[in-house]
Amino acid sequence: PSLPTLCNHLSPPSHPSLSPSPPLPPESKPMSAFHFLRALSQINKSTPKSSLLLRSRRIRQAAYVSMACRAGRSRLWSRALLRRLQRRSRLRYLISQRTRAGIAPKRLKVVRPRSGEPSRAEALRRLVPGGPGMDYCSLLDETAHYIQCLSSQVQLMQKVVGSISCETPQP
Amino acid sequence: MSSRRSRSRRPSSSRITDDQIIDLVSKLQALLPEARRRSTDRGSAAKVLQDTCNYIRSLHQEMDGLSERLAELLATTDTTSDQAAIIRSLLM
Repeated sequence: PSLPTLCNHLSPPSHPSLSPSPPLPPESKPMSAFHFLRALSQINKSTPKSSLLLRSRRIRQAAYVSMACRAGRSRLWSRALLRRLQRRSRLRYLISQRTRAGIAPKRLKVVRPRSGEPSRAEALRRLVPGGPGMDYCSLLDETAHYIQCLSSQVQLMQKVVGSISCETPQP
Repeated sequence: MSSRRSRSRRPSSSRITDDQIIDLVSKLQALLPEARRRSTDRGSAAKVLQDTCNYIRSLHQEMDGLSERLAELLATTDTTSDQAAIIRSLLM
């Protein structure tokens, strides 16, 4: 299924179609909220009659995309997450300007227990995007950043829900 | 993927890495929601990893729940006025 909303949302920040504001630091609240909100409004406009499940799935996907875009390409987990979402939405040609050619089809990374690590590292590797490819130190570092970004995204979504709920008078 | 076990044969580098690991683990511990209660407990890296896994899972679940809630809310509300209101409230 084509995802035009996701397609629009995935345009890189330097795209000329965005508002001509000066480049803000990636952690600034307004810009990060803007990406997510724009995706939300696009999803809302384009699929008014779709099932709830489909729309909630698209919203969740938009949330992960905006979170990963905000983190930038300097983080292993954000790169891995964007790759995974790319594969899922089959829009490789949009984002893959900088990625190398030859994406292996459906290669599942087997998470093997490595020597010299606590047993829980395996479970953590499965949870963090890109986990199987990291050594233990990078895994801990990436996990810390991933948790920070996840919780800020959750807070953003809670705020959006809160403001929508306040806006509509509850019957 | 690479099965080089050279790390175990060089004890000097593993000593340095151990300190790094302890630092990273304590940094992770500080991020967890129960950080204040466990401020004295530094030893159990396994516990920190366990708590981290649980926390990440709960965050994922929260995002799923919030996405569903957003889908419901956006379906039932008027679009144009809401968007302006939300953007205003978030940017101020």
